Amino acid sequence: MTISKNKRILVVESEIGNTGSVSRAIKNLGYDPIVSKKKEDIFSSSHIILPGVGSFDQGIAKLEKYDLKNNLIKAADEKGIFLLGICLGMQMLATTGYENKETKGLDLIPGTIEKLEVNKSLRLPHIGWNQVDFNVSNKLITDIPDKKDFYFVHSYFFKSRFKKYEVGCTNYGMNFPSIINKDNIFGVQFHPEKSLKFGIKIIENFLKI
Amino acid sequence: MLKKRIIPTLLFNNLKLVKGINFRSWRTAGSIMQAIRIYNIREVDELILLDIAATNSKKKVDLELVEEIANECFMPLTFGGGINSIKDISELLKAGADKVCINTAACEDYDFIYKACKTFGNQAIVGSVDYKNEQNENIIYSNSGTKKTKLIFKDHLLELEKIGVGEVIITSIDKDGTLDGYDINTLKLATTMLKIPVIASGGAGSFEDMLNTIEKANVSALAAASIYHFTKHTPLDVKKYLNEKKIPVRI
Repeated sequence: MTISKNKRILVVESEIGNTGSVSRAIKNLGYDPIVSKKKEDIFSSSHIILPGVGSFDQGIAKLEKYDLKNNLIKAADEKGIFLLGICLGMQMLATTGYENKETKGLDLIPGTIEKLEVNKSLRLPHIGWNQVDFNVSNKLITDIPDKKDFYFVHSYFFKSRFKKYEVGCTNYGMNFPSIINKDNIFGVQFHPEKSLKFGIKIIENFLKI
Repeated sequence: MLKKRIIPTLLFNNLKLVKGINFRSWRTAGSIMQAIRIYNIREVDELILLDIAATNSKKKVDLELVEEIANECFMPLTFGGGINSIKDISELLKAGADKVCINTAACEDYDFIYKACKTFGNQAIVGSVDYKNEQNENIIYSNSGTKKTKLIFKDHLLELEKIGVGEVIITSIDKDGTLDGYDINTLKLATTMLKIPVIASGGAGSFEDMLNTIEKANVSALAAASIYHFTKHTPLDVKKYLNEKKIPVRI
């Protein structure tokens, strides 16, 4: 594996993400990520990964606590740095979240975060391996076959304002976008770092953009 | 469609993989890292690793071991054994666990489980429930099956769900290691009562039994140990069989 020197990869440290698993996956690909929440590290990176587990309101509160919210918006929106949100990290890219209470998100991709509407026979959280159907081609899914399974753990979903940003979707009682992309900003609802080889491939594809 | 998860459970004690019958008669089943490497190559859905000596010897899960495992496995990893503080969970998640499985502390202190779910998110906390059937009652046991509690099975499960655990793993101590089938009736009772995913554990012995447990008890996942350690069957064999029977699994 060749190590690319010109990539500066940052995994956002915010106490709400499984930064360990994400950076392990990146190291396994031959890159050397830094885990940080410092402003200078954010603005000097070429690729930012925002992991996240837990609830939307608490996630945003942590980002605000460390001034990450403003810095990530500037880095992605104004500087055009590539950003990949994972699980809650994807959800926080939305305009508004409705988990526990109404909370403003990063508003990098228009949409709202709402609870999965499933009937009584389906359990929540939606935990386990589920299929991702591709809607359009995208750099993030290069060399990944359509309809492969990825590992999900969530109860809320990204209700995208515009269909055109939905790269892939998944069904659990309802269809929801599981991969989104707008310009330099990407999000995946599943955990690529926990989804074996095709998951790791998604991370690799992102880092190669 | 969401797939039914087929999960090997690895029980260990000082880096030695072990397996018992009814939570006793422990025998060594090889080295833990060797088993992990094989499951990683075979791309299993998920792994549950339990340090069975931790609670009773008052020691903690070896964090270096967790890191070593997490460095090789890009699949969901659940660790359990001796967890009774927020610091324990924080260290395990940092070392590479995705979820922690809590049994004894969940029997002794619901408030701790509540705090753990609030701090780390409910997806990170798996409630582990061990029980024995005594005079037609399911009695909850803690401390790796060595301590009888006063908890009532139904109430305990409902309380864990209410507090916020993301899922529960339910193990029949009577069935454990016997290879004579899961306790389907009790599992069915649990899935009917709960809205969170239920992982069946204890007694898996044949493909037919595994199929029956999914069809009749509607569990989300099947955890098993002996069938993989002491028979020639692999998780993939199980999944191929279930797939032929039209059960959604990840092949």
